[in-house]
Amino acid sequence: MSEKKQFVAQSRLIDELSLKNRIIELVTKWEVILSFLFVLVFVFFSNMTPYFLDWYNLMNASFQFSEKAIMALPMIFIIMCGDIDISIASIIALCAYVIGISAEAGANIPSLIVVSLIVGTIAGLINGLLITGLEMPAIAVTLATQSIYRGIATGMLGEHACTKYPEGFGFFGQEFISGTTIPFELVLYLGLMLIFAFVLHKTSYGRRLYAIGNSAEAARFSGINVKRTRVINYTLTGLFCGFTAVLLASRILSVRSNIATGWDLEIITLVVLGGVAITGGRGSVFGVFIGSLLVGYLKFGMGLLKFSGTVMTIVIGSLLITAVLLPRLLDIYKANRKLKMQHARPGGL
Amino acid sequence: MADTSFSQFVKRTLARREATLMLLLVVLLVPISIRSPQFLSPNNINTILNDMAILVIVAIGEFYVILSNGIDLSVGSIIAFSGMACGMINESYPQVPAGLLLLVGLAVGALLGLINGVLVAYGKIPPIITTLGTMSIFRGMTFLLSKGTWVTAHEMSPGYIALPRTTFLGLSYLLWIALLVIALFYYFSRYTRTGREIYAIGGNPTAAKYVGVNESRVRLVVFLVSGTLCGLAGALWTARYASAVNEMATGFEMQAVAACVLGGVNFSGGAGGIIGVALGTLFLGVVTNALPVIYLSVFWQTFVQGLIVLIALALNTISDQRKTRKLLAQRRG
Repeated sequence: MSEKKQFVAQSRLIDELSLKNRIIELVTKWEVILSFLFVLVFVFFSNMTPYFLDWYNLMNASFQFSEKAIMALPMIFIIMCGDIDISIASIIALCAYVIGISAEAGANIPSLIVVSLIVGTIAGLINGLLITGLEMPAIAVTLATQSIYRGIATGMLGEHACTKYPEGFGFFGQEFISGTTIPFELVLYLGLMLIFAFVLHKTSYGRRLYAIGNSAEAARFSGINVKRTRVINYTLTGLFCGFTAVLLASRILSVRSNIATGWDLEIITLVVLGGVAITGGRGSVFGVFIGSLLVGYLKFGMGLLKFSGTVMTIVIGSLLITAVLLPRLLDIYKANRKLKMQHARPGGL
Repeated sequence: MADTSFSQFVKRTLARREATLMLLLVVLLVPISIRSPQFLSPNNINTILNDMAILVIVAIGEFYVILSNGIDLSVGSIIAFSGMACGMINESYPQVPAGLLLLVGLAVGALLGLINGVLVAYGKIPPIITTLGTMSIFRGMTFLLSKGTWVTAHEMSPGYIALPRTTFLGLSYLLWIALLVIALFYYFSRYTRTGREIYAIGGNPTAAKYVGVNESRVRLVVFLVSGTLCGLAGALWTARYASAVNEMATGFEMQAVAACVLGGVNFSGGAGGIIGVALGTLFLGVVTNALPVIYLSVFWQTFVQGLIVLIALALNTISDQRKTRKLLAQRRG
């Protein structure tokens, strides 16, 4: 009798423990923390200013971050493999330059897009081949190509600004889906985000990226063509740079050689803040999605409160560092908990 | 017999990066000076050396970070912050002697370098992420410090502006400071325990730890050195260009890395030397100064520098792989 009672009491204790564990496990999940922060940003800013929680404003603000959020998607693949690319802003500048001069030469809209995509893809392919072909460090190679790609744009353009574009070119970066107040760019981003989520989480290509990030050596021995996968990642990123250049040129309708300066930092911040481990092998598209929205609306809110761009730069830089530091502290906390639980576990159960 | 040992000597010397760079410099200078004879005039050489003095100070700091397998992207921002701090102190308190301002620059740079170092060494954040973040944080802090304004030449004391220009034995103080830094760190990396430990950590961190090298301490030291030298460079920059602007030294990290890569510093860590870095800086200076001689506009400067880095990087990597292959072949007999 008493034995049975004791058993019931103990099993209830275990149930409670595991429920508590599951809650802690869930709450310390990076995506959940991000979502919580996201809600916090909304609550904070809508209390601070009446202009924040306004459908039209919220939709309009997405113009400011859609392009960077789109660039963050292929960057997930690169960082997932433990690589890095700090030349993306320069590739965007190079593509934008090509768009600008082609438009001045009288090219039509489809050929502007095609030319930009081709230039971006080639630039990305060159990055990938240089890095994997000679086995040179990605950071050093892309630091050099950063200067080379932007250097071409600077050398060719000088102080010149390209401002002549064909009629209707402004659609991609400025217009709304007809009959609604939803920007075309935002819809495009959401669609691409779903595609990237599918590829990363549901296809063998995505699984390969995780495998390479966890151990490139082990991935190679299990038959994954590591070099080819990395080249594909860089080429894909280059293609997206061309794509983003179209959106950006279309939105601001003026191309100078210093276009998109500093985007490298912001885009890498989005990916790392979204929970993709900088050493590779861990992370999700959903995390980066929440991270992108979080940064986008944080900047929008700060802008409404009249914070200067400088303060925002400091905040973004600090976010990047905290985003890497915090999961590490969480890991230590989780490891300590596990140890404690192992010690606390009563014998025989 | 004597002949073969001499040819071996030549081979060995040529295999060294320092010798290759010297040879390349001469090869480069011949056509340039034919095209424009005044390029090699003492006056122009003096200008090139003075232009490169600040870069070599920063490149030596960057060298230690790369040597330890890291990278410091925040050098330009540290220069800007310390340069702005020195400029503003000079504007408000002109009576502060110029020498003291250099010490202020050093201290400010050391503090910012320490922040980088603590984050990398004890926060275990990869150097690229840390310095990518602090690059924008420090630059933002510069704007906050200056409230967006500049310090111009007529707001600065004549003593401070004159500091880098004063000559001693025919060379400017700026050049003497650069030479002093080169000598000091030549000694540091060859003859001090910490200097050797940086090579050890860069070459093989695991092995270094087993022989008792404190990895965290070394990682802290390299960022401290880099920050301190950038602080000094910032104080000199403001004086040399007689102004402190918020955008100063933007993109300087690229030039510092370029000088290191040209000097034969290996990105996989553990290889390279101070003399190589100094020669790499000089090479970069000659190329940059020669651009107008070959009628290339300054707008192409970024492109040329990037291309040089890429080529040097490829050469470093190829020669490295060849060395490894040779070693492996030797071991197999």
